Amino acid sequence: MTTGLSSPLAICLALLAAWGVVGLAGMLRPASLRFAGRTLFPLGALCGAALAVVAGLNIAAPPEQIVLLIGLPDLPLHMRLDALSSVFLVLLGATSTGISIFSAGYFRRGQGTLPGLLCLEYHLFLASMGFVLLADDAYGFMLAWETMALSSYFLVTTQHRIPEIRSAGFLYLLIAHVGAISILLAFGVLQGGTWHFTFDSMRTAEMEPAWATAAFLLALFGFGAKAGLVPLHVWLPEAHPAAPSPVSALMSGVMLKTAVYGMLRVTFDLIGTPAWWWGLILLMVGLLTALYGVVYAAAQTDMKRLLAYSSIENIGILFTGMGLAVVYFGVGMPVPGTVALVAVLYHALNHAFMKSLLFLGTGAVLHATGERNLGRLGGLIHRMPWTAWLTLVGALAIAGLPPLNGFVSEWLLLQSFLLAHEVPKPFVNMLLPLGAAVLVLAAALAGYVMVKFFGVIFLGQPREARLKDAHDAGRTERIGLIWLAAGCVLLGLLPTRVLPTLSLVPEQLGLSVGTMATSSWWRLVPLPDRGASYSPMIFLLAVAAVIAITVLAVHYFYHQRIRRSAPWDCGFVRLDARMQDTAEGFGQPIRHIFQPFFTLERELPTPFDAAPRYRVTIGDPLWRALYLPLGRVVQRGADSLAWLQQGRIASYLLYSFVTLLTLLALML
Amino acid sequence: MPLPLDLQILNALAALLLLLSFAMLSQRRIVTLVNLLAFQGALLCAATLLLAWRTGENHLYLSALLTLTLKVVFLPWLLHRLIRRLGVYWDTEPVLNIPGTMLIALLIVVFSFGLAQPISELASTATRNAIGIAVAVILLAFLTMITRRKAMSQVVGFLSMENGLFFGAMSATYGMPMIVELGVALDVLVAMLVLGVFFFQIREQFDSLDLHHLESLKEEE
Amino acid sequence: MNALDWVTQLMEVVAALAAAPLLVGWVNCCRAWLQNRTAPSVLLPYRGIRKLFHKDAVIAEGASPLFRIAPYIVFGAMVTAAMVIPSMGTRLPFTTAADAIALVGLFATARVFLSLAAMDVGTAFGSLGARREMMVGFLAEPALLIVIFVASLISSTTSLPAIAEALATRTLGVYPSLAFTAVAFMMVLLAENARIPVDNPATHLELTMIHEAMLLEYSARHLALMEWAAALKLFNYTCIGFALFIPWGTSTGDAPLALVAAIPVLGLKLLVAGAVLAVVETVSAKLRVFRAPEFLATAFMLAMLGLLVHVLLGA
Repeated sequence: MTTGLSSPLAICLALLAAWGVVGLAGMLRPASLRFAGRTLFPLGALCGAALAVVAGLNIAAPPEQIVLLIGLPDLPLHMRLDALSSVFLVLLGATSTGISIFSAGYFRRGQGTLPGLLCLEYHLFLASMGFVLLADDAYGFMLAWETMALSSYFLVTTQHRIPEIRSAGFLYLLIAHVGAISILLAFGVLQGGTWHFTFDSMRTAEMEPAWATAAFLLALFGFGAKAGLVPLHVWLPEAHPAAPSPVSALMSGVMLKTAVYGMLRVTFDLIGTPAWWWGLILLMVGLLTALYGVVYAAAQTDMKRLLAYSSIENIGILFTGMGLAVVYFGVGMPVPGTVALVAVLYHALNHAFMKSLLFLGTGAVLHATGERNLGRLGGLIHRMPWTAWLTLVGALAIAGLPPLNGFVSEWLLLQSFLLAHEVPKPFVNMLLPLGAAVLVLAAALAGYVMVKFFGVIFLGQPREARLKDAHDAGRTERIGLIWLAAGCVLLGLLPTRVLPTLSLVPEQLGLSVGTMATSSWWRLVPLPDRGASYSPMIFLLAVAAVIAITVLAVHYFYHQRIRRSAPWDCGFVRLDARMQDTAEGFGQPIRHIFQPFFTLERELPTPFDAAPRYRVTIGDPLWRALYLPLGRVVQRGADSLAWLQQGRIASYLLYSFVTLLTLLALML
Repeated sequence: MPLPLDLQILNALAALLLLLSFAMLSQRRIVTLVNLLAFQGALLCAATLLLAWRTGENHLYLSALLTLTLKVVFLPWLLHRLIRRLGVYWDTEPVLNIPGTMLIALLIVVFSFGLAQPISELASTATRNAIGIAVAVILLAFLTMITRRKAMSQVVGFLSMENGLFFGAMSATYGMPMIVELGVALDVLVAMLVLGVFFFQIREQFDSLDLHHLESLKEEE
Repeated sequence: MNALDWVTQLMEVVAALAAAPLLVGWVNCCRAWLQNRTAPSVLLPYRGIRKLFHKDAVIAEGASPLFRIAPYIVFGAMVTAAMVIPSMGTRLPFTTAADAIALVGLFATARVFLSLAAMDVGTAFGSLGARREMMVGFLAEPALLIVIFVASLISSTTSLPAIAEALATRTLGVYPSLAFTAVAFMMVLLAENARIPVDNPATHLELTMIHEAMLLEYSARHLALMEWAAALKLFNYTCIGFALFIPWGTSTGDAPLALVAAIPVLGLKLLVAGAVLAVVETVSAKLRVFRAPEFLATAFMLAMLGLLVHVLLGA
């Protein structure tokens, strides 16, 4: 437990503080866009890269702790750097580097918030996320958590002059705080009677199973609210489109993962030995979330809402994997449990890169066209080639196509599902393969969603005339996109490097006995006695070789003449760009098949309309069934307490008097 | 661990029975529904014969004969006659769409299989693994009855439930006592005749065999 | 990994490339005979592909580079898939790099690029076809994965040659779970390869096309590659079916003689499979497009049922 100045934990803390400094520096010249864009954001990116490197080198090291003497007199801040924190710090650092570089060229004037203020909020957001990952006691954790929520709220409401954005921010803050209360209660239960709120004492506290379950459920509610599990997901599709794209990327890519980190920390570290049936709860919630998210994503017409729902789907997948790991560890099958847990960590890392890349791509599109509505985009691959091709990498990765990174984590999760029928509990060994089927369905739908996303935005003909003036992303923006796309590709090609490091996490948590078996540097073998293996590099080489041979053969044997002509119009001469499939149209099969998931309102034209119009509004049934009644109950409760506000000074003095009397009586 | 051939065939027949229940859930043509019911009866007869040959219990041969005459020959003939006289050949849209029904059916199957696993440990017959399938067939037949609109399909569901019960009894305890079996068969027969009369009454009253017309019989508040 | 394994691998690829159009031609012949028509030559698809290669490529004005790259990627994916499937032997070096789930991923890659290329031109037909293809795909892919899952539960591995070997060496018996999954696989095969009852491969009506709509804009060498890739897809699916349900007759890497003997066995299997496919196509009517999800949902349910029956009955 070294606490020297050159220890990795100290360096990480210093880098987080550097982020804070960079943020504060933004307030020196708040109105200057050049200063923030040219100097501060790249500086922040540098800090992020350094953080990723330091944390990455430190994953194998034993845990380190430090006590910072800031804070209240009897509540100093405990900080700890262990394998789990390091993995998520790598995620934070690496992803934020790319996003910061992108932001350096992204933020423009007239957003409603000064650039310097934006810089402050942004870097405070980053620093607070880092502190959440390093916190080792409940006080520090909650402090960092709240800072994270507040700074992201201000970032979401950057364009606060627009009412929809204000209400989206309000919803976000509301659910974030409901979740925070739940997490606080969970910590309150976790201290197990010792009344010490450091994580160390929580680790060693003995709790009865009922209390442990209560803590688990409270933590699930709290972290689930932040992560966006159904039914607490309603803020996600509102807040992400409202925020500027780099902020959406940061929220989707990194902030949701801090909730996953929190869940992992509570379940596997603080509670220590999770009961196996908690895993079933996690599994069911995760699968429901995954299916819900992807079905809604398929029905969206706003590109950022689509990506927000896709994030909900991936969070569902993460919680499914977590549930699987808990089940396996609970019934005493550590080998597939390790595979499942490593798959969760890997998928978190992958999703951070993939989703950030996609959100930044939409940011570039938004800047170029001013449109978020999929019905007014199209054909942008011709005007914005860099953005288009780099976004394609992200879209293919999320769809789970080999050899990119999305496929590897899905493959690992499916491999761990393979052993599900050996679980010795009667219902569970049948429910788990059913879960695998739902997971596979969600993954296939993700491919559908990504074809819709990429195809409607970038391919085809432009649906509006002014799309012809769209310009490609600027230089700094391109660098950010390239960084993230390269991350996707590298994570896909080199899992054999990353996975053994990730499997140190379960080992350090005391869950498994050895690192996950990997056969060699080019081949991934998670379960050695199963004979299944995957080698992304050989795979890519083979496909590339086949394509190269085909191209060469065709070029060698046959001519390469090309003529351009009009597309096939089946004899109808006036085909125009609006006759392409719309986003609604592309989502129609999913809406039709999964009808119980939606509440649809349709406005159909009649033959007698002078200007016929077709409108379909997709509502979330949970909003009407759960939130509106809850809102009404709260409103009624608030109204019934309104009599307390008398308006007279005498009654307020009376309240203070009564409180004083009660306290005196209790004390004495 | 390979089972002996006759047990494998029994397992295969059980699985086929389950498949037929699923097929009945998704059928819209009533004629096909009755044919599937007859096929189910035939499978039951074959399973009973195989079990009779394997265990040597003679009352199972009688049971198989009863199944054959009643479930494969007589009842389907009766139903086909009813269909021709009433003129109902197609069922209207079921209450829930077909993929949704299939999903619920799948969950029911998981439930029955899970339920049956500890029960299978207790039973001592050779076919105890098939108890889960029997429970699933019963529950799926119930689901068929719930999700249908036309009265004829509901009757088919009811008969399929009885098939499932019979199969369950056979796989758990090598058949019910002969008295019980005869009694059940008589009950089913009488129910069929009475229901046949009822169908004509319903059709006379409402001009259709769509059961949601019966809802108008409730008292208005 | 001895030389025989590499030879097996190479021979499989060559056989796939050479025999795929022959399989398509054979199926067309059988269909013609069943419809009481005079059949075209079995070698007609070869002549068609060769003719297409010689033509000038006519590309729509709004098409992007993705449109021109996609045929190569789709073709490459199908050939790579042929390298993973044990059609002739079960000792394939490449399958240490890609297992059955990666195989499904390859099919998904081909499908995604096909759909993107169809959307690229920006006409109504292309995007409609892309939407329908993805709709068929998103239900067929899970069904296929569940079928493979059941097979891998039985043989405890997801490597397709190992599955084939395990299933081939099992004692002969009645396995209801495999029966269910076989029916589900047949339905997935019909859906994914654009066969009746899901899609008519010979249709010219744009409003009913699923697969053809995506080839609508292609011509010359691109179309040749796409047609060859479609034939390869049918070949691959048929060989997957053989590997899972009729795995006997493949060489297990011991003797060169077994490899040589595997060729006529494969040929016989393909002959029978093609005839069965033609019979199924002739007997069924094409479903309405809106019924296709029901068809595939049934396949998915059957596969799930096979899984549950396997867990319950152990067979």
